[in-house]
Amino acid sequence: MIPTAFEYERATSLDDALAKLAAAGGAGKLVAGGHSLVPLMKLRLSEPAVLIDIAHIPDFAGIREAEGLIEIGAGTTHHDVATSTLLRDRCPMMAEAAALIGDQQVRNRGTLGGSLAHADPAADYPAVMLALDAEFHLKGPGGWRAVRARDFFQGMLTVDLAPDEILARVTFAPVRAAAYAKLHQRASRFAIVGVAAAVDVRDGAIASARVGLTGAASSPSRLKNVEETLAGRSVSPGTVAAATAVAGDGIEDINDDLHASAEYRRAMIRVFTRRALDRALARAAV
Amino acid sequence: MAATPVLPKLVGQRVKRREDPRLIQGRGAYVDDVKIAGMRHLAFKRSDIAHGRIRSVDISAAEAMDGVEAVFTGAQIAEVLAPMPIGTPFPSPEHRAVAVDTVRFVGDPIAVVVACDRYVARDAADAVVVDCEPLPAVVDPEKAMSGESAALHADFPNNVALGPLPSGTGVGRKGAVDDTAVDAAFEAADVVIAQRMVNQRLAPSSIEARGVVAHYEPGREALTIWSSTQNPHILRTFVARMLDLGENRVRAVAPEVGGGFGAKINIYGEEYVAAALSKRLGLPIKWIEDRSEAFLATVHGRDLIAYVELAAARDGKVLGLRMRIIADIGAYNMLLTAGVPTNSMTMANATYAIPAIRATLTEVFTNKTPTDAYRGAGRPEAAYFVERAMDMLARELDMDPAELRRRNFIQPDQFPYKTQMGAVYDSGDYEKALDHALKVAGWERLKQERDAARADGRLVGLGLSMYVEICGMGPSSTLPPGGWEHSQVTVERDGRISATTGTSPHGQGNETTFAQMLADQFGVPLDHVTIHHGDTAVVKQGIGTFGSRSQAVGGAALHDAGGKVKAKMAKFAAALLEAHENDLVFENGTIAVKGAPASAKPFAEVAAYAYRPVRLPEGLTPGLSDEAFFEPSNNTYPFGCHIAMLEIDRETGEPRLLKMVAVDDAGHLINPLIVEGQIHGGLAQGIGQAMIEEVAYAADGQPLTASFMDYALPRASDLPRFELDSTVTPTPVNPLGAKGVGEAGTIGSTPCIVNAAVDALSGCGVRHLDMMLRPEKLWRIIHGQPARSSDA
Repeated sequence: MIPTAFEYERATSLDDALAKLAAAGGAGKLVAGGHSLVPLMKLRLSEPAVLIDIAHIPDFAGIREAEGLIEIGAGTTHHDVATSTLLRDRCPMMAEAAALIGDQQVRNRGTLGGSLAHADPAADYPAVMLALDAEFHLKGPGGWRAVRARDFFQGMLTVDLAPDEILARVTFAPVRAAAYAKLHQRASRFAIVGVAAAVDVRDGAIASARVGLTGAASSPSRLKNVEETLAGRSVSPGTVAAATAVAGDGIEDINDDLHASAEYRRAMIRVFTRRALDRALARAAV
Repeated sequence: MAATPVLPKLVGQRVKRREDPRLIQGRGAYVDDVKIAGMRHLAFKRSDIAHGRIRSVDISAAEAMDGVEAVFTGAQIAEVLAPMPIGTPFPSPEHRAVAVDTVRFVGDPIAVVVACDRYVARDAADAVVVDCEPLPAVVDPEKAMSGESAALHADFPNNVALGPLPSGTGVGRKGAVDDTAVDAAFEAADVVIAQRMVNQRLAPSSIEARGVVAHYEPGREALTIWSSTQNPHILRTFVARMLDLGENRVRAVAPEVGGGFGAKINIYGEEYVAAALSKRLGLPIKWIEDRSEAFLATVHGRDLIAYVELAAARDGKVLGLRMRIIADIGAYNMLLTAGVPTNSMTMANATYAIPAIRATLTEVFTNKTPTDAYRGAGRPEAAYFVERAMDMLARELDMDPAELRRRNFIQPDQFPYKTQMGAVYDSGDYEKALDHALKVAGWERLKQERDAARADGRLVGLGLSMYVEICGMGPSSTLPPGGWEHSQVTVERDGRISATTGTSPHGQGNETTFAQMLADQFGVPLDHVTIHHGDTAVVKQGIGTFGSRSQAVGGAALHDAGGKVKAKMAKFAAALLEAHENDLVFENGTIAVKGAPASAKPFAEVAAYAYRPVRLPEGLTPGLSDEAFFEPSNNTYPFGCHIAMLEIDRETGEPRLLKMVAVDDAGHLINPLIVEGQIHGGLAQGIGQAMIEEVAYAADGQPLTASFMDYALPRASDLPRFELDSTVTPTPVNPLGAKGVGEAGTIGSTPCIVNAAVDALSGCGVRHLDMMLRPEKLWRIIHGQPARSSDA
């Protein structure tokens, strides 16, 4: 639990952070809440020479709505996401997912951007970001670029974020009819299986749906076959059952570990897909 | 004239812990707060394989690093440190504080670095290059003893560390008892229950990990050792012996200790190494365990397998019990390792008048972290085995589990009760505790609620367990370091009271409870009493805090010492008041002649007089200070009844505790608030064991739960609101009638929770479940899936 020696620098702006990152020449790591990186450093699984603290950059945290989109700064803590009245009102799934992360101490420090950039395969946010079809705004030496969540998560701990880029904020169109359901691992509170479902219900029928899965495999993914089964069908238990029945089909690399076998996880994908859909559809009804 | 404020009697009151403000505000001083000029820091290079022969250890790169003072291999440490002693009278293989030629578990130390700070020390430890030839590892004790596994220790064939010990033996027991009647009992039985049960391995996980500072002063030829320990006096004895110093040249200090749970009774290799290197180098040396090390290098608890058989008549009368226990003790014997599982044999009788018992014990070496005491230490395992078997019997007989137990209790008029294992239960009224728990829980109503829930398709279960345990550890015949406790009470010149206790509280609240006792004894305010502990330079003698002994043994010593000082003070007061010493009352900060309040002398005035007695009463010496050793005549045997209600999610297998009721009988209570705190903590750990905690190893001996990411400790949200109550059956073995309560919560809770889980799954054809209640395990049962091999 003793990290290797490192320098600590505090960035004053996004550009300052980028400059410091460039100056570190590949040996730098960004830190905000430190709840993914610092444990890895203590275990000496990550040994950055320079830590660049971006938690104090002005306007790096915050939640607001503009032009129909919700924008959340990457430095926003899980606690602030979980307790945001804007999110609870406009996009309750986001707040409820944040409330299920770790424990209060973790939520007080850990940040949205840190979690997404680290991309633990059992983290909660990725499923939610996929279901919301969120857009990630990255800044690098060449300026800004935007990446869709579905393109951002590329594989085990691998994301479309270059070492010299910073994930600055996330935007998405709020969806009220969405819910996140999770079976937590009882030590870490990470997801054994987490399913985020967002539905677009019009005139008693599901126009479209997006369903994100986390925890079950090496990286988060969309449950396309569930989405396709739902699309165009009436809101009914039968529809949910039909969609649930195919949840997880086609996923080959289901995790198998001390806490849950692949077989159990596969069964839980269906259970939690149904729970997420039931709650999302209940929200659509009010 | 203003009325004299009347001080309330404090014993029996819910006085808030005086320790808490400083601890909550971060003003406590722990080992890591000890800083000495010139202090160096240790880091250990540890084995990352479970079993291997050390071919070479290259320390050259580590030695060459800036800030490194010295690096020592196991062979070099062996030159200054003899093999580690144990504290039980059993055979033990050679155990070096730092491995010399063989490593036997992941975490076994191989080399040690002394450096300017702990960061450099850790870097240098990483730079030590070890070449190890891997040897086959064994983690399953039954496989280890089967003759098919390689031996960990050359002189312990089949990895059998001890046993099989026959019935009635173990630490402090007189010898084997005749248990031949048990076979006839099984012949005559209408019903026989047989079940293999596992009481899984746990990591004690105190919030403060271990730590030590050793400061040998060459000029004084004396060592001071600060350690996060539960028993500084025992530490002093062992360290003095290992360093070849007199005990009068060693001072051991336990500063604030952030939890021990039994794991800090043991004297560890790191403590000996720090002390030996401080002496060798003439430098103060600190070692602070990190959490990753704590999972590997601090002892684990439990890890017992029992083959339990219960024979009974159709009417529920238990006729016989056979219990063959296998203890997986890990790679080495530590201080009490060998003794802990013997408690499980000793407590085989539980609360029942079982007429014939055979309980045997075999202890086995495996390539895992050594085990030793963990809160409950042998009693939770015994309670679990017997109470699970009783529940299986109730189910077999289709009898209410409460009724089955009622039919088998040892009756109040049978105490003192000599058990089949040779223990003598001091006092008890088990039916009273059962009836009270049934009433507090609303047992009949809960049964209706359960049945109604089941009718709705919910998996709800109700579980009950009795327990009786061993506390007040003593007398000396049963405890290798001695079974007494010591206290010194001093009324200072200003009338304030200082007292020492040889117990070493680290969460037990004795600064409060002991002060309550003395405040009442002397009739002074609570804040006029200070309790000193945990420093052998201040506390003359002591044994320490474990086995729920602080109140029953330490409190009794304090009571006796206080009584002696009070008697002497009464003589001084009698002289001042020209009254008879037997006619005085100590109350409200005064000493007065009984029935003549106007005669009252301030307590402080009498104290001052005792230190400057211008006319010394005949036969008296000046001063008000005296000590007492208290040796109990027997252990105490607290008991109780726990009830749990639990629901299992049919779809996921997740168990949720709906209700937890604990009725405990610990005899007289000094401070019910602190008692409840102790029960709360114990219940949390018992619930942890039943529901979520388990140390797991891969077949090659790699630990799978070496951090809190994989080892689940209960959080507040895992726990229901506890419903507590007590019955009071005093013990005759000490003057307080107090039995001890520190471990009770861990003892009754695990069987009642598993009983509830089995009840919840009774429709699924389940007879028994092993802990912990992993959701997948329950889900597989509910859905008729075969068990996962790791849970089989």
